[in-house]
Amino acid sequence: MKVQVPYLSRIEGHAHLVVDTKAGEVVECQLEVVETPRFFEKLLVGRHYSEVAGLASRICGVCSHSHTLVSLMATERAFGMEVSEQVTSLRRLLMYGEILQSHLLHLYFMAVPDYLGVNSLLAMAQSRRDLVARALRLKKLGSDICEVIGGRPVHPVTTCVGGFHRFPEASELQRLRRCLSKALPDLEQTVELVAGLDWPDFSHQAECLALHDSDGYPQFGETLISSAGLQVPNSCYREMIREYVVPHSTAKHARINDETYMVGPLARLRQGFHHLSPLAREVADLQGLSPSTNNPYLSQGARLVEVLHCVEQSMHLIDHLLLEGLKYEEPVVTCKAREGVATLEAPRGVLLHAYSYDKEGFLTSADCVIPTAQNLANLEMNLRARVPQIIDEEPDTFQSELEKLVRAYDPCLSCSTHLLTIDRL
Amino acid sequence: MKPRVGFFDFTGCEGCQLTILNLAEKLLDVLDLVEVVEFREVQGHCNEDLDIAFVEGSICRLDEEKRLRMIRTRSKKLITLGACADLAGINIAHEEAGGAELAMAVYGSDSKHLQGGQARPVSVIVPIDGRIPGCPVDGQEFLSILHALLLDRPTNLPAFSLCVECKLAELPCTFEQGIVCLGPVVRAGCNALCIEGGDRCRGCRGLVDNPRESSYHRVLETFNRSVDDILEEYRTYNLRIDEE
Repeated sequence: MKVQVPYLSRIEGHAHLVVDTKAGEVVECQLEVVETPRFFEKLLVGRHYSEVAGLASRICGVCSHSHTLVSLMATERAFGMEVSEQVTSLRRLLMYGEILQSHLLHLYFMAVPDYLGVNSLLAMAQSRRDLVARALRLKKLGSDICEVIGGRPVHPVTTCVGGFHRFPEASELQRLRRCLSKALPDLEQTVELVAGLDWPDFSHQAECLALHDSDGYPQFGETLISSAGLQVPNSCYREMIREYVVPHSTAKHARINDETYMVGPLARLRQGFHHLSPLAREVADLQGLSPSTNNPYLSQGARLVEVLHCVEQSMHLIDHLLLEGLKYEEPVVTCKAREGVATLEAPRGVLLHAYSYDKEGFLTSADCVIPTAQNLANLEMNLRARVPQIIDEEPDTFQSELEKLVRAYDPCLSCSTHLLTIDRL
Repeated sequence: MKPRVGFFDFTGCEGCQLTILNLAEKLLDVLDLVEVVEFREVQGHCNEDLDIAFVEGSICRLDEEKRLRMIRTRSKKLITLGACADLAGINIAHEEAGGAELAMAVYGSDSKHLQGGQARPVSVIVPIDGRIPGCPVDGQEFLSILHALLLDRPTNLPAFSLCVECKLAELPCTFEQGIVCLGPVVRAGCNALCIEGGDRCRGCRGLVDNPRESSYHRVLETFNRSVDDILEEYRTYNLRIDEE
């Protein structure tokens, strides 16, 4: 039996799913990534530091704030700059906004339709107006945070090396705070909907990778920690992560110690379980999630948990910023001819940018390690393990089960197709 | 029978599609007026005829070209969505290096299947009936263009430069801060959002029709800026300029 799904829908970017079985055995099982490569690292070379983050942002519309911030942080690291606690707090809030925006878009528009048996949520605008309106309202909650802090929901304009060109007004933060607390009924209904979905029963042991964040749940941090106990500072990432090219994909694959591994909401939840906010912890318990959960379909449940975590943490962070009082800070930049590596947890997992600069502040090399590229090899392993379990299903069910598994990773292929590593023989 | 609308994406970041989903309640109103029959990011495919096709992203490879021609064949109107589709956006910035050489640098020697191809605007391949500029597009502008299309009226864009909006917003001139800005020659319509955010204009909306070059030269002279400074600015969105 051969299943081919060209231009798989409800994912971010372009891929074909190809599964071929003979006599119950998997002959071929691939996610063919066909997104045109855009060679971003090459575009960045030769650019002035003030241009780099704005260009890096265009790698991906869904994770534009992650790329912008990790890019700024890599530049700051290269120049040996420290940013203030206020800047870090605002960046954290911006990341909460992006994770909310991305997770809610994914849960409602990409994942839930599979479980409700519809092609698209938009098609339900008449029959389930309440549901579609709620999905759009909640998605806007995340994009409103991004707009207040970053100046725009997609591709921020206020961010710069050293901090921000423009700081939000206290009144804008207060408005956000009100939006967040008003969203609680919508969130309750979201928990009811998502936690009530019937996730396929499947487990697949895999190594997980997340950042160690000294402030609690993984978000910002400079140490990569794997569930097998490996710890590496982000500047030595090449010792841990090996990227390689496969013939059927314009996105690379990655391994740790020759094993596939997973990054993203489930990897973060496993590592940061004891740092979840109270509401998030409740939702994790409700779904039976724990530090040992290894069903990749439950990445969706982990996404739901993170939504609650980000909402709660955003409220606390806004309170903190308002109590401290917002102060304008002029960013001061001194260029240095050095390398800098930065990492953060993007919605889909660990994102890394590594730059080197010349002394005038022009970029001389760039390397980006993208969450989805790290997940692809593991996703294919999951697909291979899943196929024999569902081989006797009707073709339609068989295909939709596999599509659900792909979507559980929320692959972002716009991102994954501009990875740079020179042949290292 | 509601007008049938489709959203298609080629090479780009999908930020324009996302901006449309960010319209929230206004998108619900749109869904009352039109039937969205394709939107790959959030729904499956069909191959039916369309009244309006919105196309996001640049056209880089032969397979994309073929897919675009198919979309054109079954659509009464085709509108470009965002800078990648309108100007080839920042995808064209790597033209300075050759495609094969790039693939080698980024992916190493196993890169035969990784040819990027030349990024081109949609209008180079098929005729278009309108454009929504910007990186990403402005949601409000998308709504007004859709409005015009549904009423069968012309889809006009602002015919004045960004400086007009910037001054109406009472923002201090970027040049006054010693920073080069493309505002004087770029099409308005974004309410100078980047400048309000403390940045400068990089020209993602493309040139205004008939930009006033002589005035711009005077501005540049006043602030001791060379034409090279400006050409450097054009590298981000690769606006088409005369080589003179």
